[in-house]
Amino acid sequence: MTSPTPLLAIRSLRAAYGKIEALKGVDVEINAGEIVALIGANGAGKSTLMMTIFGKPRARAGQILYEGRDITDVPTHEIAHLRIAQSPEGRRIFPRMSVAENLQMGADATECTDAEREATLQRVFTLFPRLKERYAQRGGTLSGGEQQMLAIGRALMSRPRLLLLDEPSLGLAPLIARQIFDAIRTLNRQDGLTVLIVEQNANHALKLAHRGYVMVNGLITLAGTGAELLQRPEIRAAYLEGGRHG
Amino acid sequence: MKAPSTHPAKPATSIPALLKTAFVNALIALVLFSLMIGIRTEAGSSGQLTYWTRFGDLASIVAAVFGGSIVIELLRQWIGPTGAENLVPPAVKSGVSFIGRYLAPALLIFTLLVPVIFYNQRYILDLAILVLTYVMLGWGLNVVVGLAGLLDLGYVAFYAVGAYSYGLLATNFGWSFWICLPLAGILAAFWGVLLGFPVLRLRGDYLAIVTLAFGEIIRLVIINWQDLTGGPNGVSGIPRPSFFGIPLDNSDDGLAAKLGIEYSPTHRIIFLFYLILALALLTNWATIRLRRLPIGRAWEALREDEVACRALGINTTTTKLTAFATGAMFGGFAGAFFATRQGFISPESFTFQESALVLAIVVLGGMGSQLGVALSALAMIGGFELFRSLETYRMLVFGMAMVLIMIWRPRGLIGHRAPTVYLTKAQAISSDLVKEGHG
Repeated sequence: MTSPTPLLAIRSLRAAYGKIEALKGVDVEINAGEIVALIGANGAGKSTLMMTIFGKPRARAGQILYEGRDITDVPTHEIAHLRIAQSPEGRRIFPRMSVAENLQMGADATECTDAEREATLQRVFTLFPRLKERYAQRGGTLSGGEQQMLAIGRALMSRPRLLLLDEPSLGLAPLIARQIFDAIRTLNRQDGLTVLIVEQNANHALKLAHRGYVMVNGLITLAGTGAELLQRPEIRAAYLEGGRHG
Repeated sequence: MKAPSTHPAKPATSIPALLKTAFVNALIALVLFSLMIGIRTEAGSSGQLTYWTRFGDLASIVAAVFGGSIVIELLRQWIGPTGAENLVPPAVKSGVSFIGRYLAPALLIFTLLVPVIFYNQRYILDLAILVLTYVMLGWGLNVVVGLAGLLDLGYVAFYAVGAYSYGLLATNFGWSFWICLPLAGILAAFWGVLLGFPVLRLRGDYLAIVTLAFGEIIRLVIINWQDLTGGPNGVSGIPRPSFFGIPLDNSDDGLAAKLGIEYSPTHRIIFLFYLILALALLTNWATIRLRRLPIGRAWEALREDEVACRALGINTTTTKLTAFATGAMFGGFAGAFFATRQGFISPESFTFQESALVLAIVVLGGMGSQLGVALSALAMIGGFELFRSLETYRMLVFGMAMVLIMIWRPRGLIGHRAPTVYLTKAQAISSDLVKEGHG
């Protein structure tokens, strides 16, 4: 089911923080309509890959192709205009601004009509009714799960084709994490949204994803469908049994 | 009803802990003041350095700090934690919100009537003009510090640029105030952008240091560029503003003569009063409008989280530069007003102390709060005059008041931030949406 040009193609991408090389030639392909999971241990370079797609840090070598176009050197703030949205690690909502303003911020930098914006807002509320209840509340007063919903909702407000999610289940209670994963699945199935999800929670992420990549020390070591990867004994040993609590 | 459970009955801090805090504070005071107060140096009769010790004074200061910190700790326990707003009875709460709703309009109406009420009291009118100048400066700086979160310690530079722009253009080319006013704003905004470029990558303390230096550079340039600015002698003979071309003087062409009323020097003061009031209100109006536009929202988001801003497609470079430029422009307007009011400007009016004062107004008022900044300008400038009878102790009282405000209102007098985005139509949440899990 691979289409001729993938929505996002990352070719032998290298990135570094000073002298420390975080990505040592990464190849990842994401086709339109897919959920792709990127799993790996702390410091494997998952978040760096996510941020390099957004140009911070810049790639040292390699290419990032979006719809066949090279976006490796596009300024960070312009990438959001290409209908790529990011829900960054640690959520990074605007704590002193209201939920409404946080969501509005997501739509501000993109060109969309009032009607489109309103429709997206209603879509976000359908997915996360809690955000509607908390509409006038300050972002910083939300619970962790609600903040994550807000971060995803804010990213959705720019009407993306590709959504990058960095650790959406970080620090959340299992029940809330499942709600978040359910919402991502709904977005993918009903809205056709393509998703790249970085997760430590490999079990959840691989069950959700069509395909997955495993990253170790800045390199992709394994790739396959979510179900395949879940069956691999080395994956089970490294990311599932060890990190599982009950 | 029992005491609210949200505030668990914490046992009063034990005496050893209290003494420990006081002791640590006293120790810090000892270190700090040992050189400042403990040793006094002076140039001797033949130019050599003489010094003598003042351990008695030092001891009394350290003792005062020791005693003071015990008193503050006890007061804190007696009044309760600062975050205990939920303990306020609802009646008081609704009263406060009632005052909050009508305070701003009431203040505005009162301000409009000040020249009528105090028509013959020149001192009060002058003071009111001074307060309004600082209100305007505070509102201008609020754009940079309160909204965009860029700590600017050199705001006075733009005030100076505005003042000198008007002063020099008016004295050299004879241009009228109303032409020079926008020019002063544009020039100040230009300097704002110029400051903005090198500091784009800086935040917090580092930004503060560079802006502090920028303020000093502008002042030093003004002092040393004697050909243009007159150096320390300043610029004198700056024309007074006219009422859109009609001078406010005792001549036959004057406004009083044209209106057929008797001339009084108070007319000019009242004109200046309404001029600065209009300028200040323009600043306020522009800020309120900007906050509701994407650019204003971007400023606030930038204050909250720069990384998230970039991920959302905000160009942080232009966002920062527009914040600097907008704040500087209002500073420039205020500067032009200052020049026309004084008729004389010199570098002495634009020292770091002015920057610090304006910043204190913004921080004490509550960063981002327009009403808070206005109230704190009134308290700072008006209060400063009020305490004039205390003479030498004025600064002491003043400093103490500031410390107390920061202890009990750490977010400033008005820390509340009004949201700018609302639901377009109030909709009830339909029950089919409020269930857990989808798909």
